[in-house]
Amino acid sequence: MSEHIHVPIRAKKRMKEIMTHYFLEAFDARNQGKKVAWITSGGPVEPLLAMDIIPIYPENHGAMIGAAKMGEEMCRAAEEMGYCGDLCSYALSDIACSRGKQGPIGMLPPPDMLICCNNICSTVVKWYEIQARYFKVPLFVLDCPMNHEGFSPVVEAYIERQFEEFFHFLSQICGRPFSRERLEEVGRLSYKAQLLWQRVLDTTTHSPAPMSAFDAFFHLALIVTLRGREVCVEYYSELLQEMEERIEKGICAVPGERFRLLWDNLPIWYNTRWLSEEFARYGATLVADTYTSAWCSTLSYIDPSDFSSSLARAYGRIYLNLGIDMMAEQVVDMIRRYNVDGLVMHSNRSCKPYSFGQYYIQDVVKEKTGIGVLILESDMLDQRNFTEAQIQSRIGAFMELLEQQKQKRST
Amino acid sequence: MVVAGIDVGSTTVKCVVMKGGEILATKVASTGYDMSEAWGRVLYPALEEAGVKKEDVDRIVSTGYGRECVAEAHRQVTEITCHGKGAHFLSPEVRTVIDIGGQDSKAISLDEGGKVLDFVMNDRCAAGTGRFLEVMSRALGVDMERFGELSLSSSNPVSISSVCTVFAESEVISMMAHKKKREDIIAGIHRAIASRIFSMTRRLRIQEPIMLTGGCARNVGLKKALEDIFSCEIVVHELSQLTGAIGAALMARS
Repeated sequence: MSEHIHVPIRAKKRMKEIMTHYFLEAFDARNQGKKVAWITSGGPVEPLLAMDIIPIYPENHGAMIGAAKMGEEMCRAAEEMGYCGDLCSYALSDIACSRGKQGPIGMLPPPDMLICCNNICSTVVKWYEIQARYFKVPLFVLDCPMNHEGFSPVVEAYIERQFEEFFHFLSQICGRPFSRERLEEVGRLSYKAQLLWQRVLDTTTHSPAPMSAFDAFFHLALIVTLRGREVCVEYYSELLQEMEERIEKGICAVPGERFRLLWDNLPIWYNTRWLSEEFARYGATLVADTYTSAWCSTLSYIDPSDFSSSLARAYGRIYLNLGIDMMAEQVVDMIRRYNVDGLVMHSNRSCKPYSFGQYYIQDVVKEKTGIGVLILESDMLDQRNFTEAQIQSRIGAFMELLEQQKQKRST
Repeated sequence: MVVAGIDVGSTTVKCVVMKGGEILATKVASTGYDMSEAWGRVLYPALEEAGVKKEDVDRIVSTGYGRECVAEAHRQVTEITCHGKGAHFLSPEVRTVIDIGGQDSKAISLDEGGKVLDFVMNDRCAAGTGRFLEVMSRALGVDMERFGELSLSSSNPVSISSVCTVFAESEVISMMAHKKKREDIIAGIHRAIASRIFSMTRRLRIQEPIMLTGGCARNVGLKKALEDIFSCEIVVHELSQLTGAIGAALMARS
């Protein structure tokens, strides 16, 4: 098979089946006597699975709303209710959708409880408080202080204590004791899936890359929603195998890969295809990103033989809960590991903790690696913040710059 | 080798016809509604002025926002690369180019050969662009030609606090209601835009000499405001408005 032909990823079909099944199960939860918990994307899902609770991710739903190009109308609906348009577009669209505004799958299955972990941002706390009042359900907030300079034992102990409270909270809601044995089983599966996800992402260290970050944005859904379940492990094993096959056969994401780029921040969900084609015009593949790798970034802190005691260590220091210097360090590591020619940073109007500090990270990257950095202003969900002609111009100029750098290096 | 560079900007369309290193003819016109025909209104008159037949033109490169609309172009190159090339042609020692166009502004740092080392562009909003000045000139009832010069006579520039074009316009209108002097308001507007450009440019390593290109380079008031804030002389070439088109023509040669 030649590397000049675009070959779609087979696993995509299986992913759609799994996600459909997952949502059908969640919609039918009441009939099965199961409870539904809404949880933030960086939240600890394993204790929920250990208690047979079905987790639902409003942020994952937000991505679906974005991909269906419904973000703008959802945000407008929330603004009409009186919410400020400067708020996170995931929060706005989730609020609009829970109040009857129909999304791509209608509305989410209603929650029996809300689990909010502020390791990704502080907006989630107010957002979940609003939803707790609206749905009249209990809310558990897991507070993970920001690690400005490192992870201290005090912080670890503080989060550990909250995990104990969390287990207690779940056992009260379910009316049965919390099962630590079951948590260890779920934890082993979660760890396994995260390892596999990391290995899938690492297949792009191969040049040409068998998949791109745009593919990762899609295949991410399971590691977010179903880690801790057997099906997630099976899926990523299959996906990994397919990627290895693609490498063997010379199949790559962008035929004739000429440039390798790293993406920072959330995807622009409504325009992923347009963006991927825009970059592909110049033979550029986004080989990695700081976003999808966040779901395996704490692997080194997890002890699969004692999962429950590693929860605080892992959830306490996911990427978005780190100080800017540590974030910059991770970005620089990724630039080297994936051998990239340029960094593309999405300055995401919605996501303040992710976008704040990008200019600083840009400076660190330029100083330490010398590669070009492009900043694109947009929003992950709200199309009103995307200007095609401006973005096209910036990408064009950036690619001309990288081309020139490449020529300079080769002479 | 006869080449042409066409710069289809949001406000004006520019064409330069070159032979060797020499400019044979130039033309500027309003872009108007239809970008796909705008280039014809400058290319053909420029060729006529140059005394060159269309079939004798070896290559055409287009640039600017409407670069994809130029049916006759052999290649499209972004305005960043073209402004860098063009500025280097007009003044080879230039190391930093500030281009303030109709709908965006950019700063480009160049190496000694005129190649782009790095660039930054304004964020999505129109503040800090030529459009900002157009909106203000309309609000003040002063046409663009006189806008810059008038501000030079200001002795007490007002301070515009808003960075948004829409809000700044309301601010200007309220200043007019308070009978502030026109020249002071305009000088304040130039200061506001210059300070925005300055903070954007500072994201690059600023090296002198600095050249101002694009349509706004003709605005002497803006040039002065930039010189004040950058604390150095800003180079403006008489062909500054054509920098992008010249760069495109040079790209057509290579």
